[in-house]
Amino acid sequence: MTPTNGLVADTVAFSNVDGPGNRFVVFLQGCNFDCIACHNPQTIPGHDPLDGFGPQRSSITELLTQIRRAAPFISGVTASGGEATQQSAFLSDLFGAINADPTLAHLTTFVDSNGACDAGTWDMLAPVIDGAMIDLKCFDSTIHEQMTGHPNDEVLASISHLQEQGLLYEVRLLLLAGVNDDPELLTETAEWLAALNPHMRIKIIGFRPHGTRPHSPPMIKPTAKELQSCADIFTTAAPFEIQII
Amino acid sequence: MFEGHAPYTARYILPDYEKAIHQGLAFLEMPPPNDLDDALSFLQIMYTYVPSVTSYPVYLGDLDKVLEPFVTDAISDEELDRKLRRFWIGIDRMLPDAFVHVDLGPHDSRITRSIFRVERSLRQAVPNITLKVDPSITPDDLIEDGVRTVFETAKPHFVNHPMMVGDHGEQYAAVSCYNSLKIGGGAHTLVRMNLKEVALRHDGTAEEFLTTTLPHYVELTAELTEARIRSLVEDQHFYDTHWLAAEGLIDIDLFSAMFGIFGLAECVNLLQAYEGNPESQYGHDAAADQLSVRIVERVAELVAARPMPYCEGGGGRCFLHSQSGIDLDDEVTAGTRIPVGTEPDMLQHIAICAPHHHLFPAGISDIFHVDETAVRNPQAVVDIIRGAFTSGMRDFTFNLDNNEFVRITGYLVRKSDLAAIAEAKTVRHTSDHLAAGSEDAYHLTQRAVKRISCRERDPH
Repeated sequence: MTPTNGLVADTVAFSNVDGPGNRFVVFLQGCNFDCIACHNPQTIPGHDPLDGFGPQRSSITELLTQIRRAAPFISGVTASGGEATQQSAFLSDLFGAINADPTLAHLTTFVDSNGACDAGTWDMLAPVIDGAMIDLKCFDSTIHEQMTGHPNDEVLASISHLQEQGLLYEVRLLLLAGVNDDPELLTETAEWLAALNPHMRIKIIGFRPHGTRPHSPPMIKPTAKELQSCADIFTTAAPFEIQII
Repeated sequence: MFEGHAPYTARYILPDYEKAIHQGLAFLEMPPPNDLDDALSFLQIMYTYVPSVTSYPVYLGDLDKVLEPFVTDAISDEELDRKLRRFWIGIDRMLPDAFVHVDLGPHDSRITRSIFRVERSLRQAVPNITLKVDPSITPDDLIEDGVRTVFETAKPHFVNHPMMVGDHGEQYAAVSCYNSLKIGGGAHTLVRMNLKEVALRHDGTAEEFLTTTLPHYVELTAELTEARIRSLVEDQHFYDTHWLAAEGLIDIDLFSAMFGIFGLAECVNLLQAYEGNPESQYGHDAAADQLSVRIVERVAELVAARPMPYCEGGGGRCFLHSQSGIDLDDEVTAGTRIPVGTEPDMLQHIAICAPHHHLFPAGISDIFHVDETAVRNPQAVVDIIRGAFTSGMRDFTFNLDNNEFVRITGYLVRKSDLAAIAEAKTVRHTSDHLAAGSEDAYHLTQRAVKRISCRERDPH
């Protein structure tokens, strides 16, 4: 076993919102984005410790002990964050150890990522992951930068690369009313994704304020009707598998 | 629901409906049915003649096995749904009592699939439903169909079929409030022992409780049980005279009695306080959790050592049952559950509950509360069900936050009916009134939602 440690914000034994089935989730500390709509802003700084919040240096052995306890009840393990790929060496070791353990090898391993890493990172993770879920904050790079502090070129490249490798499980679109929900922009997004895979799993997630930091002007939660019209744009473009959340 | 010392009918009766359908009913002058319509009509009539403590039948049969022979290829799914829908409305309106119970599984069948579709569309409190699950037989997508039904109606309960077969053989069913008993038999009576009250009457260490106080109260409970059984069998001659017995649809040799316990949580906490560890609470401290298992093991040992007449269905002994409580219980927790609102996270909750389950052949029903995100990911709940059975759970179900239905102890009530009772309006089900009493005492609608999903976190 490799002696690498990870900087872990938290773990959750049971989650039904981080991939297929019930999943053990490791939230890794540290993110290369600084999204205005982040639900876990305490997990953004890539260092420890912080006032009132203490990410832990965790060994793979410690995490495996926790995962073994949950193993009978889960479909797999998801690494989330923060941004999981920021600790790709640790992640590779953790998932490699799960795959190598006869009692855990049946579990699937997923990464929940903002997609901001290079193809080499995905190629390193490819042998140990079953799929990746990528957030696409905005197809327009300027708006993307306003929302996250970074352009979207790496994100689009990751989506495209993972699709080619057969590792793209789903793409998630977090919609903020008046920010990234322009119908024309969504049509372009849908067409681009359809060209990669017209049957792609797409989650359309309406922004919700819980966990987020104050922002001026205030961020607005889209109405159910607005989310449905966004979904309709995607449905018109291709036979995507769409879920509205 | 009180039986007194001289009950005139067995408390829970599980007629052999498969046999009835096969041989017809002499007493009711009904020949064996020839097709599905006849079979549904046959059952509907027969149900009204099956006695119980509530005066409504607590068991309506393993309906997939009973009805599947009548489901021919000529009957389309739509037609099947229409027929079962009429039958289902009839059950809820004619047997308006949420202890009325149907069993399904562990094999897949068109009847089971249709019943789940009808359930989801009608959203009735009656009948209560159990899905028997054998991890090696029951397909994931049938369990998932059950889970989708839970999201709509808080039914079915999921039962560990191999564990039940180990205790009762293949011919068993879960009836009423999750009482598992033999088909063709049942329970003469149920006496409940309040472990909290036993602990309040104890003065001394936990060890002394197990060796002196507990055996004394187990024996008192057994004496009452025996008095009721002797009255039912020897004085009332129930089994010599009832038509179900005369036609071989029940057999006294398949009956036993149920020894119910409840208030384990308070019992453990009181004993821990006597030991000088008042902080050690059931569900939250390993020492308390270990003591709880020792108490239940001790009760099981004492019950197994106490011969009981006319209980051949249980090998001459009572069946131990974790009793889910009644509306009159005050400040005491149902069965062996962790008090409502203080449940730990689900993985821990299961780890604490599971070691008790094998000790209760006559049933134990734990309830886990899940939040509405699970609706989009039913496979997550299927995963938990499979894991729970691997961990030795016998039976349990889920309550979905924001569901119209509330599972009170083992039975269901609609929130709209509870609201109607609060406004002194008339409601239809007898059990609705029991539910209103239990809600006042237990605050069951405040069951803790646990972190099945917790992606978003407040750092403070």
